[in-house]
Amino acid sequence: MDCSCTLTKTLQSPALVRAFSLGLLLLLWIVAAELTADTSVLPQPWALWPSFAEAAASGALPYHLGMTLWRVVCAFVPAMAIGVALGYLMGRVPAVDQWLDPWLVVFLNLPALVLIVLCYLWIGLNETAAIIAVVLNKIPNVATILREGARALDPNLGAMAQVYRMRPLARLRHVVMPQLAPFIAAAARSGIAVIWKIVLVVEFLGRSSGIGFQIHFYFQLFDVAMVLVYALSFIGVMLLVEALILQPSERRVRRWRTA
Amino acid sequence: MIKVDVRQKAFGEEEILHDIRFAMEIGETVAILGTSGIGKSTLLRLIAGIDPAFEGRITRPEKIAMVFQEPVLLPWRSVLENLTLVHPELGTEAAHSALERIGILDKAQLFPGQLSLGQQRRLALARAFAGRPELLVLDEPYVSLDAATAEEMLALTEALIAETGPAVILVTHSQVEAHRLARRCLRLTGRPATIASDLATGSALLSRDVHHDRA
Repeated sequence: MDCSCTLTKTLQSPALVRAFSLGLLLLLWIVAAELTADTSVLPQPWALWPSFAEAAASGALPYHLGMTLWRVVCAFVPAMAIGVALGYLMGRVPAVDQWLDPWLVVFLNLPALVLIVLCYLWIGLNETAAIIAVVLNKIPNVATILREGARALDPNLGAMAQVYRMRPLARLRHVVMPQLAPFIAAAARSGIAVIWKIVLVVEFLGRSSGIGFQIHFYFQLFDVAMVLVYALSFIGVMLLVEALILQPSERRVRRWRTA
Repeated sequence: MIKVDVRQKAFGEEEILHDIRFAMEIGETVAILGTSGIGKSTLLRLIAGIDPAFEGRITRPEKIAMVFQEPVLLPWRSVLENLTLVHPELGTEAAHSALERIGILDKAQLFPGQLSLGQQRRLALARAFAGRPELLVLDEPYVSLDAATAEEMLALTEALIAETGPAVILVTHSQVEAHRLARRCLRLTGRPATIASDLATGSALLSRDVHHDRA
């Protein structure tokens, strides 16, 4: 009785639940590796350590990790900026929405791979093509989310800002942006997750650096351990970005709701 | 001088307002009465310049303030910032004294959601007067307040109007409010709505009407 009570209580702490759930995933991996019993197909988690240490020590892992992260940032910033502006316009101006909505549907349904291949074919196998391909893949998602946000803007607050003749910049910063913030946060979080996956495909297909390139390389060598080392390292980095940048900034803009 | 000349205001096919004409001076208070749904708020939105889509002409001063049916505050900015962001020319000191005037100086750093509804409405009132408007538009500012709070708000409004001296246009259901604040009453009737009567009011009328009003 007592025991089950403390267990229920312990499980109410979100951090513990997270850790426990991740532990279960790890357990699943260990069991699966035990069952396959072939390190070339699925090595045990601890068997990755030497490969990881070697890749980290040689500088290859930090270099490729950095390249991918750099491409993620280069694609994320313009994709968010253009997507937010476009989505806002579409949400506010019906004519723009009518004209651009069919485009949005086309681009939303265009497979990422097609855009990437076309960009490489048309622009060349270079960094510009890689970034543009990722940006074009992401803009429609951001625009769709932001369009909903712009449609949901409170007309009363707009009227208030108009009557009191708030300056356009102040209106944007203090009236419009706080209302769009939850939508921007949602777009950013789903955006960053999608973008890094597309960046990997872009690197896989036509770059000579980055996690995607390394995974391509070790794929050809059938080196499952190294593929996992690179993939897991980047997942680790993205979890850090989420915990250190996205979550705190979201908490900050939501402060007024919980106060 | 404020001149309102609305020949026609329609939403789609439906004509809401027709031939509404009146003029008023700065310092004068006019109450607009009428049943709900008649188009009082629509008329206010035209006068305040929020809705420019109508036939006619409205001459209004530069500095306008409006108090809406809801407080319409920025919930993500502090109480103090709700004054200073809307009126950047207002210094922090003046903003503080405006908050002191409405009795919520100690709440300056809180968010509006942490205030009571009565306090939020007082803040909306303070925001309206902080810019020293030449025209103040009040759209049922005391609706859904309990009697005591409404009375407190009314007294505060009277005092602030006396200090600032703007032209005031007040929309209300309540004859008591109308008579208390305004010297002149416009009654809207009909469909499309038009001005049925333009009367000077006096406090003498108050005692007779007060009992019917809240029914």
